[in-house]
Amino acid sequence: MLLELEHIYKEYRQDQLAVPALTNVSLSLDKGEYLAIMGPSGSGKSTLMNIIGCLDRPTSGSYRLDGVDVLSLNDNQLSEIRCHKIGFVFQSFQLLSTETALHNVMLPLSFAGVPRSARRDIAARALARVGLADRLDFLPNQLSGGQKQRVAIARALVNDPQLILADEPTGALDQKSGAAVMDLFEQLNAEGVTVVVITHDGGVGSRARRMLHIVDGEIIEHKAGLPELTEEQPQ
Amino acid sequence: MLENIRNSLRGIWSHKLRSLLTILGVIIGIASIIAIVSIVEGTNQKLEKSLIGSGNNVATVSLSQNGWYYDASAGLPAGVPMMTRIELDRIGQLAGVEAVTAYVSRQAWNAVFYLDRPLSYGTVYGIADDFFGTMQYSVARGRNFTEEEYNKGFKVAIIDGNAADSLFYGEDPLGEIIEIQQEPFEVVGVIRDDNAGEKEEYQSINDYYMYGWESGQGRVFVPERAWPIIYQFDEPRSVGLRVTDTKDMAPLGKRAADILNENVTNPDIRYSAGNSEEYADDLKTLTNAIRLMLVSIASLSLLVGGIGVMNIMLVSVTERTAEIGLKKALGAKRRTILTQFLTESAVLTSTGGILGVAVGIGLAKLISVVANLPFGVNVPWLLIAVGFSMAIGLIFGAMPASRAARLDPIEALRRE
Repeated sequence: MLLELEHIYKEYRQDQLAVPALTNVSLSLDKGEYLAIMGPSGSGKSTLMNIIGCLDRPTSGSYRLDGVDVLSLNDNQLSEIRCHKIGFVFQSFQLLSTETALHNVMLPLSFAGVPRSARRDIAARALARVGLADRLDFLPNQLSGGQKQRVAIARALVNDPQLILADEPTGALDQKSGAAVMDLFEQLNAEGVTVVVITHDGGVGSRARRMLHIVDGEIIEHKAGLPELTEEQPQ
Repeated sequence: MLENIRNSLRGIWSHKLRSLLTILGVIIGIASIIAIVSIVEGTNQKLEKSLIGSGNNVATVSLSQNGWYYDASAGLPAGVPMMTRIELDRIGQLAGVEAVTAYVSRQAWNAVFYLDRPLSYGTVYGIADDFFGTMQYSVARGRNFTEEEYNKGFKVAIIDGNAADSLFYGEDPLGEIIEIQQEPFEVVGVIRDDNAGEKEEYQSINDYYMYGWESGQGRVFVPERAWPIIYQFDEPRSVGLRVTDTKDMAPLGKRAADILNENVTNPDIRYSAGNSEEYADDLKTLTNAIRLMLVSIASLSLLVGGIGVMNIMLVSVTERTAEIGLKKALGAKRRTILTQFLTESAVLTSTGGILGVAVGIGLAKLISVVANLPFGVNVPWLLIAVGFSMAIGLIFGAMPASRAARLDPIEALRRE
């Protein structure tokens, strides 16, 4: 079991008021799965993603990632986990605008302590894997949105993580390049990479092999293959 | 680390104007420190040269009363026996002493005339035949006194270049008659001080004050045996000694004074070494104190510069919140972020330090030419300056860097 979340409860403090974001989330995920977590904005899905991504801690509950009790780790150890086990893909790409595609992809390698001499080759291979072998020395503003997101995916892949965690990966893309990015996730999953996509877009969610809905901080699971008619569209 | 430094340099270069303005305070501070140190160092070198002379190694020991030069016109004081060959030989046998001589001397105010031209300030010496050799003067023109002239006290005189200029206005002094205390003396030679590197040459700080800036200075030498003709018998003698190593001047001068003082019973009067090196050291202590003060003031501008750097680093952290958040999400540790920003501010201020050193060297060069001072910049000070500016970057970069390192990645990523 790669992810085991049990009875996750998370609240935010606003002034004196406790605002619950997640009320009772339990979730487990095997290696090699492709999961979509869906929900409208404000449903708590970003909070869940931050917790899965070891960027935030739940108020209560337990979370094991690859057998490690994440909640007992300190700040440095969490950095290690993010570095080696999780690859992030963000809605707005989050590429460093002054660095080339290659250098953006090399960034996580430097945090992982990979020797300088080896970084270039590893990063170039990751970029080739997402189909950008001919764009190594392009700056982000010389690339299309879809290409930028593929650079970001290469960056997420470069440290060979256990898990790719994508937050609205097609949110800033047009229909066509969004579909290409989803094709890429599918291809990577077929190659054995575990993928978790967080989205409010039913079309994106339906590409996953397994789908969860999160509503008001609680999870409703849909098995793949079931009809998607019950899905709530954001207003 | 190398990578961090390279990235920092790239960042500085991409914000050229902002970086330059940020480090201006550091540049000015370092440049003024370098310039100040150079001026003080140059002044010290010049003092040393004009007071001691380069490679001079002659010390003099004279009578002093309560710390002042004893006035020779009062004659040999009570409780001070006449100096004899015995003491001189003992001094001459001290290790490190090459030669020793005894002489009498008087400050001469209008005591020496050629026709109606006075030598308004000068010194008249009564010397023995070992004087010129010991003091390292050589006869430039004319001749030395003969043995007979020394032994019988002939009325002959040797003058130095300054006295020749003052009395003869460039005419040939050889064979001319000058008056010393109304007694006629024939000028037989002109001497040159082999040690005097510069135009002026002072035997002591008193000389420097007494006639350093007066015209009409000069020295007139007569055989000691002729001294009673112009002054009196039994005047106190001084000792000149040449040492092998300049560093030994002060200690050997003191030992010589100690030997002479063994026979002195008058509690107010002592022999003491009039060592110009000591006076130069006193002056150097003063200039060093001035240097400390000026450097402290210049350091204030470094402090202000440091605060400017802290300010701009805080701005930079705020600007790059998203970048920091991203890096943390991608697995950068706090220490990694901390190092990145500390390196950046240290590289920034070190750049300022290096530029400041360059400007400071330029300033020092300019001042040394304009003020006719030696160029006193030395490498240790340059290294200290650059190291110091780097330390400023580390100190004032610490707060912004730790703020960056503690940024919450969720907050930071959301901020975009």
